[in-house]
Amino acid sequence: MTDSLLQSNTPAGSIADKWDNYKADMKLVNPNNKRKFKVLVVGSGLAGASAAASLAELGYDVEVFTFHDSPRRAHSIAAQGGINAAKNYRGDGDSVHRLFYDTIKGGDFRSREGNVHRLAQVSVNIIDQMVAQGVPFAREYGGLLDTRSFGGSQLQRTFYARGQTGQQLLLGAYQQLARQIGLGTVKLWNRVELVDTVTVDGRCAGIVTRDLVTGEVRSHAGHATVLCTGGYGNAFFLSTNAMNCNVTAAWRAHRKGAYFANPCYTQIHPTCIPQADDTQSKLTLMSESLRNDGRVWVPLNAGDNRAAAEIPEAERDYYLERLYPSFGNLAPRDISSRAAKRAVDGGRGVGPLKNGVYLDFSAAISRLGKDTVKERYGNLFDMYERITGENPYDIPMRIYPASHYTMGGLWVDYELMTTIPGLYAAGEANFSDHGANRLGASALMQGLADGYFVLPYTIGNYLAPMLNKPVPGTDHEAFKTAENEARGRFQTFLDIKGTRSPDHFHRELGKIIWDRCGMERSAEGLQQALTDIPALYDEFKTDLRVTGTGSSVNQTLEKAGRVDDFFQLGMLMCRDALERNESCGGHFRSEYQDEEGEAQRDDDNFAHVAAWEFTGDPMKSNRHKEELEFETIHLAKRSYK
Amino acid sequence: MSNHLQNLNLKIWRQDGPADSGRFESYLVGSISDEASFLELLDVLNEQLIGEGQDAIAFDHDCREGICGTCSLMIDGQAHGPQRGTATCQLHMRKFASGDTIVVEPWRATAFPILKDLMVDRSPLDRIVEAGGFITAATGGAPDANIIPIPKPVADAAMDAAECIGCGACVAACPNGAANLFTAAKVSHLNLLPQGQAERWSRVEAMVETMDEYFGSCTNHGECEAACPKSISIDFIAMMHKDFRRAKVKNRTLISQI
Repeated sequence: MTDSLLQSNTPAGSIADKWDNYKADMKLVNPNNKRKFKVLVVGSGLAGASAAASLAELGYDVEVFTFHDSPRRAHSIAAQGGINAAKNYRGDGDSVHRLFYDTIKGGDFRSREGNVHRLAQVSVNIIDQMVAQGVPFAREYGGLLDTRSFGGSQLQRTFYARGQTGQQLLLGAYQQLARQIGLGTVKLWNRVELVDTVTVDGRCAGIVTRDLVTGEVRSHAGHATVLCTGGYGNAFFLSTNAMNCNVTAAWRAHRKGAYFANPCYTQIHPTCIPQADDTQSKLTLMSESLRNDGRVWVPLNAGDNRAAAEIPEAERDYYLERLYPSFGNLAPRDISSRAAKRAVDGGRGVGPLKNGVYLDFSAAISRLGKDTVKERYGNLFDMYERITGENPYDIPMRIYPASHYTMGGLWVDYELMTTIPGLYAAGEANFSDHGANRLGASALMQGLADGYFVLPYTIGNYLAPMLNKPVPGTDHEAFKTAENEARGRFQTFLDIKGTRSPDHFHRELGKIIWDRCGMERSAEGLQQALTDIPALYDEFKTDLRVTGTGSSVNQTLEKAGRVDDFFQLGMLMCRDALERNESCGGHFRSEYQDEEGEAQRDDDNFAHVAAWEFTGDPMKSNRHKEELEFETIHLAKRSYK
Repeated sequence: MSNHLQNLNLKIWRQDGPADSGRFESYLVGSISDEASFLELLDVLNEQLIGEGQDAIAFDHDCREGICGTCSLMIDGQAHGPQRGTATCQLHMRKFASGDTIVVEPWRATAFPILKDLMVDRSPLDRIVEAGGFITAATGGAPDANIIPIPKPVADAAMDAAECIGCGACVAACPNGAANLFTAAKVSHLNLLPQGQAERWSRVEAMVETMDEYFGSCTNHGECEAACPKSISIDFIAMMHKDFRRAKVKNRTLISQI
């Protein structure tokens, strides 16, 4: 049964009417009263920048916080492939309902219908909005927008801007935000990191930040706070996330009462450049769009050491085309990733470390010509060559799965509000739309949907009744307590004076989580991780070494705080994975698979969201449930054969 | 298999804060894989320094995929180092040899004050965008995306300009500390598109004048294009100058019509 605190507040009506019904019933704030409400937006990626700009345009008093030097640098910028929208410009049979269905199915039937349908509905507005802002999407010769296909879909609904769609969309949102900053309607705090959220009388009263240049700890009070702070993929240490991506904002909110949902739903992206050596600091994604024209293969026989060109066709195994004929190389991410892992584990890996599979463009180059391939993927090929020193026009790329995105995140209701009233989470930071697996080109869609077309409505509904009522200011005792705790916490890191750096601990922690709670999990492995992580965490607390001071730029100290939070999250990820006795999407438990090695869901017992309540120790968090109700879609086995 | 480079001598700029005078310090990295990126070399050095109880070297970095524009560094006097069209994070050690001495400095420009070590403040670039680097299109009122066809060559040219990652290498490489390539890339991206026409003249005037408040003047050295990790063409600077000149007339004409 759904826990009383976890009411989704999904509006009544048929699935296609819910969002309209919500908007018809919601409370409004008069334009002249909007400036009386202060909204704090933490994070400046697609969700944060679009929310902040839109709220400021409406008239709210907005402040934006980013730990970057400029809001334009948020990690949304690194998304390569594209953004989905149910425009049906191709006339290939797309519709809002089909995008809705594909997203629910792609998420392995573990997301909330109402939220996903709204996402599909507003997807069409996103493309309109971004074109109006000057995003230079790819176009056909006639001047209309071009689209391509992506994993998990049989339609061409993905809009793109070369291999830099995330960059162009983020710059669009950033420019809109910059306009508001220039007009003075948004105050920007750059190089500032959230270190705590503050709750007064059960309501979010604001945040505490630390200035990354001066070390100053400071409080900010607001009527509502929005966390658009991204995902927690860096828990694995090696991931495709940017170096500074972290879980701190979401985790600090979790510690103050926000439930954390489905932390075990992590996405492993199938096409990343394999690890090359031990000093590697991060992994680089090669866009999924490459699978439109690249063919994935490994040698048919284990231990085949010949160069790719010397292996004849008959001795190659194009395993995705063989196993999933109808989707072929465009099988969804979780399925493609596990297939690659099985090939490498079976001794058929390629490359110097035998840790990859081929992504081969020779067929596409002979079919389309080198120029067309270059136009579609040129910048990705160049990036691959810079990193590996190999030219993918001549030698097949080597790829291997890596942590890329996290579907889990702060639990939110239909209005994107967490279990703390007044605290919202949007974009990758929340859990709401992707279930147990996200489809390609849907992250950009969700970030912008939340920021542009959901929050500007739902926040007003919360704020309207608060008009002219006093809210706690930064002189409130709760802020002072939080500030002192934050100062004490960072001083503690400096005072341990042990022998090992935060990076050292992060690498060790990441290895445990990757081995035990990565692409494949088992009860035994997870129990081992739940012994190993707390043991390593104890060492972290007694043997950490942070050099430098707390009163100037100190990236070692910043990292210490983030690793501290990753330790606590890591325990929760493993506990969540251990409790979910089924396989679904990105969560694959080796005990729960069918005879062909495909994920075996248990809809009778696990068709619910697991939302965790912090109790002071992540090893003792309480698990709550939100039952997922499927009124429109029938639960089915997810097949891409 | 990867090879290892031995005994790299690094001369790195250290500066405790904006008010400190700063100095070069020498460090030795005994061994590093040629598969490592230049920033991973600094990671290894920082681990070494923390091991010795010293303050780690501060440097800006984030995506390490050459797209966020956070990383910087003058490497042997070149912005983003010796490889053309490549940001520091995508520069790999296979471009260096054992025994090399490598000099590492922060971006050099008056408009970018040093915060610490190799980290500078590039926020004047944001001020230029805030002045006009946008199309005014408030959320909600956009017409259908396909209502205005944009010829492919126009969209492609706008995209060529829009690729700018805002790293500031153009400023650091310029003997005058000018930000013309950065500003021109943004002006051209938006001024080329049909959606950008309504604000075309006000945009270029506001952005160029804001640029002039912080940065030096362009004298067509072309160092910016050579240093740009996205190889953005200085043709865009010519386009910006042309639009700026026309704007000076057009904006007055528009005002006189009121």
